[in-house]
Amino acid sequence: MKKTWKVLKEESFGAIIKDAGNSREFKTGSWRTKKPVWNENACTHCLFCWLYCPDSCIIVENGKMKGIDYNYCKGCGLCASVCPTTKKGKAIKMEEEVL
Amino acid sequence: MRKVRMAFTGNEAVAYAMKQINPDVVAVYPITPQTEIMHSFSIYVADGEVDTNLVTVESEHSAMSACVGASAAGARVMTATASQGLALMHEILYIASALRLPIVMPVVNRALSAPINIHCDHSDMMGSRDSGWIQIFTENANEAYHSVILGVKLAEKVNLPVMIGLDGFIISHGMEVVETLPTEEIRNFLGERKPVYSLLDVDNPITVGPLDLQDYFFEHKRAQIEAMEEAREVIPKVHEEYNKKFETNLPDFVEPYKIEDAELGVIAMGSAAGTMKEVVDKLREKGKRVGLLRIRIFRPFPSGEILKYTKHLCALGIMDRAHSLSGLGGPLWTEVRSVFYGESCVPPDMNFIYGLGGRDFFMEDGEKIFDYLEKLVEGKEQSGSVKYIGLRE
Repeated sequence: MKKTWKVLKEESFGAIIKDAGNSREFKTGSWRTKKPVWNENACTHCLFCWLYCPDSCIIVENGKMKGIDYNYCKGCGLCASVCPTTKKGKAIKMEEEVL
Repeated sequence: MRKVRMAFTGNEAVAYAMKQINPDVVAVYPITPQTEIMHSFSIYVADGEVDTNLVTVESEHSAMSACVGASAAGARVMTATASQGLALMHEILYIASALRLPIVMPVVNRALSAPINIHCDHSDMMGSRDSGWIQIFTENANEAYHSVILGVKLAEKVNLPVMIGLDGFIISHGMEVVETLPTEEIRNFLGERKPVYSLLDVDNPITVGPLDLQDYFFEHKRAQIEAMEEAREVIPKVHEEYNKKFETNLPDFVEPYKIEDAELGVIAMGSAAGTMKEVVDKLREKGKRVGLLRIRIFRPFPSGEILKYTKHLCALGIMDRAHSLSGLGGPLWTEVRSVFYGESCVPPDMNFIYGLGGRDFFMEDGEKIFDYLEKLVEGKEQSGSVKYIGLRE
């Protein structure tokens, strides 16, 4: 339930945001029309995708690519574009977003 | 209380009030006829008479931006400007008010270009009448002095910025006796600013001025509208407190002058109201029942007070030292008319545009206005017409 102006008048005085980093609550994944799909077998863990992703949606643990955060990925395709070609094909490919 | 009578121009009076207030931050850019305020104030800074951090910036847009930042950090902040400078600040004025920052700014009223002109009219402040600032129009240097001090108290009580207009050259450069208050008493009265939020509060980090789209903008704007309505209640209380503490007679929204039993009445703002008081006295001596209602606070608009003091009149003249170029007439007039819409039995009215670009307004001009109103009562002039006073026709 979104807040009324009377509540916001007190809680968000002067339209400020009191809790830092709350853009995390604003999920933008639904904007996507194409989704990047990661093939672990083809991945060289070069982390170009992590470097280029404008929405910090490449999940990396211990220096290794671990997956894609679809909560915020808008499907821009940059990761797939920069993913280097290997003998096994691209590790990230863009696919139709099917409901 | 020990008051000292001092000879000041309006600008010097404002600078002296600022010195007594000792604001934390003043950001400023020079512009005629305001420059003298900051010239005088910067001397106080250089002489170490204030602790103010004086920020000299490269434009008025930057001056107001610096004020917004400093005020959001929790500082007591002031600046001053005029005309084109206020126009250049326009974008940031709305940000200051929506962020609820109590910035106080004397504005030395000067015509907006073109043609370029450095003299008085109210077109500058009329251009920012919908920016969410409280707007005060003063009649003389003494009132400007007190309004700056009161303005700080008021701004910080309602968390809205306050603009104090003084007519360019007429008030800003005319020398007058000003009844100054003791500095210690002023500082006790104002105390320290207690900000609702502060950018420098690192334990409670906040975001100021974030993007606010379809989801929340409307609610935040509605809250700001309410703040202006609440200011309407607080304004008389702050005036009462000020007048009691300093033994002054500063009127709040309006100053009625012999209008209660008048048949013909005029509404005016700024220094011309002083001239009109003399005109009223002169015509009263001749047995004419005339009066004046001076509007001191233009924002929030004193609808109730205007109705109360002018509804009984046989004819009402509204004097505008600005034209809105809207195809309607002067801005004060159109707003006064909107107050009357929906009321039964309202007086016939006329709009008088005068003094644009510093054109002198003499007592004869004031008498001419009452002549027009007499003719309006006799049916020889039409209600709702706009006349130009002091114009070569």
